[in-house]
Amino acid sequence: MSSQRLRLFTFAAPSRFYSLSGSLLPWLWAAAALLAALGLYIGFFVAPTDAQQGESYRIIFIHVPAAWMSMVVYLAMAGWAAIGWIFKARMASMLARALAPSGMVFTLIALATGSFWGKPAWGTWWVWDARLTSELILLFLYVGYIALVEAIDDVRRADHAGALLAIVGAVNVPVIYFSVRWWNTLHQGATITMSAAPKMQSTMLLAMLLLTFAFWAYAFAIVFVRARAIVLEREQDAEWVRGLASAARRAA
Amino acid sequence: MSPSPSPSLFGALFVRDLRLALRRRTEALLPIGFFVVAVALFPLGVGPEPQTLRQIAPGVIWVCALLAAMLSVSQLYGSDFADGTLEQLLLTGGSTTLMAAARATAHWTLTGLPLVVAAPLFGLMFDLSSAALRILALTLLLGTPILSLLGSLGAALTLGLRSAGVLVILIVLPLAIPALIFGTGAVAAVDAGQSAGAHLSLLGALLIVTALGVPPATAAALRIAVE
Amino acid sequence: MLSAPSSFNLSEPHLAARGLACRRGSRLLFSKVDLALCPSELVWLRGRNGRGKTSLLRLLAGIATPEAGQVLLDGSPIAAAHERSRRMVYLGHQHALKDDLTSAEALEFLLRIHGRRSDRSSVAAALDHWGMLAQADTWVRRLSQGQRRRVALARLVGEQDASLWLLDEPFDALDADGVERLNALLLQHLQRGGAVLMTGHQAALAPALQARELDLDDCAA
Repeated sequence: MSSQRLRLFTFAAPSRFYSLSGSLLPWLWAAAALLAALGLYIGFFVAPTDAQQGESYRIIFIHVPAAWMSMVVYLAMAGWAAIGWIFKARMASMLARALAPSGMVFTLIALATGSFWGKPAWGTWWVWDARLTSELILLFLYVGYIALVEAIDDVRRADHAGALLAIVGAVNVPVIYFSVRWWNTLHQGATITMSAAPKMQSTMLLAMLLLTFAFWAYAFAIVFVRARAIVLEREQDAEWVRGLASAARRAA
Repeated sequence: MSPSPSPSLFGALFVRDLRLALRRRTEALLPIGFFVVAVALFPLGVGPEPQTLRQIAPGVIWVCALLAAMLSVSQLYGSDFADGTLEQLLLTGGSTTLMAAARATAHWTLTGLPLVVAAPLFGLMFDLSSAALRILALTLLLGTPILSLLGSLGAALTLGLRSAGVLVILIVLPLAIPALIFGTGAVAAVDAGQSAGAHLSLLGALLIVTALGVPPATAAALRIAVE
Repeated sequence: MLSAPSSFNLSEPHLAARGLACRRGSRLLFSKVDLALCPSELVWLRGRNGRGKTSLLRLLAGIATPEAGQVLLDGSPIAAAHERSRRMVYLGHQHALKDDLTSAEALEFLLRIHGRRSDRSSVAAALDHWGMLAQADTWVRRLSQGQRRRVALARLVGEQDASLWLLDEPFDALDADGVERLNALLLQHLQRGGAVLMTGHQAALAPALQARELDLDDCAA
């Protein structure tokens, strides 16, 4: 006989999230595309050439938003995971899991674009700048989280263990950043920094802002997509999911 | 009969862990063996030039100590998890935090302390000055407990998992970076003729914060794993 | 019914559970399990493999938290953990004996962490009750399964404080002599007003124990 699946009070949350995110998605994609197009256009074609760095500085329009997002997403991930753990809110845990891969991708983008930025200035593909090194360590934190939750079969244990790790990581991030800056100043005497961002003219700021919002919209969209998939997978025996599936089958 | 007061629970666990390790002396010495081999690899890989070796010595020794400490940490809870002892420990009603602290202390006594003693000897192989050797030993004395504590957290999170060994390293290494930086920084400072005071205070502060914050987190991780 | 003065609280059921539900993964193993264990009662938990007998025992012991429901020990919810430890003995299916300790050391450790008498004479007496005194200084890894079970069960000898015994497959690997000794221990405990909840083979239970059955197959979610 079909055994009763989990049908508790938080049960309403995943289905509500599913329908809400479903209606928001098209707008999010549209916003992301629009803002990105606008931001990139202004950043790459309208903003003036920098006196010192020429055209190569333009990569910061992608690098800076990506770096910000990688940090924000980590904190959001740790926050949602903590809520899911403390309040036993399943939807919160699912959101945390959905956030992790995106955060990792943003970190990779930040590292890659940081590398591209540094090359013309330093002649090398990598430089042990404090911010870039911290970004690298953030990548390791993401990898550790994802590796842990993927290695645990039991979903609830995975969620909670991941939450604990994410919280420990989040608490450590300031310490790590401080120690990396310390390390940086120590070893070379003079600070190695990435080519400092050029003095921001208003068009540059506008481009940066637009792309930041574009990244936000994109992040929401992609995380929602992933979270919806996780919801369907985990709640697959719930009535509302079975209803969706049979509706889809009838429509096909 | 009153339940075991917590300090005696700490003592019972600590003594038992040491006793178990002494009965498997070879296995207990494996991390040290790894440390010796790993450290010796660097001059072979990098070349015997004394100047280079002196420069990389603190970093090499610290990193190898870090890896050696992580190697033995998964066993901390693994066998107790497998044979049901962990359940019994959680049922005693004693402070799980204190239990976690006891295991980390036992691990440090078995792995960290020998490293503190052995490492300066290896510093000699790298031609470090005696002042630098003293500071190296001191930083390891402060740093290896941090590694044992972080390692025990990693072991608790990865309890019973197949790839626990590698997973622990992956999880713990980023968290251990500040200790690594302050520890090696202290030796480098002394080598350059400066004072290591700032580094040592930072390392000490890190130790205190870790000692206070990590055992409760480890206790939470154990409960997550056992449920 | 009581043959000796009892230190147990006899006015309340030693264990009561209401509406217990347990999950494994994303499914419910069982739900709405109600049970009550009154003084001098032995309940035999049965059900097919995978029904959640061990999970239920762990829930009742307090090792795991239930998905729903409440567990009451002597009438009040399992509050302070050390109180629970005093009133209850849980013997899991695994022995919790370390391979690299001697039987005496392993038993002493278990008794000590649970706050029971763990001096040499008590440990020796417990081992002797099970005929294992001669193996007191043998490594646990050299003992057979049946012998390990005896050492694990030695914790029950001289157990004065716990009114509730939760035993997971205690008869496993015991020979006829061991079965007899365990039955005697159980009878003694019941006669003092204690309660026992156990899983395992009913065939080994002595009829004198008047075991009541609780079938988890009926509670399957």
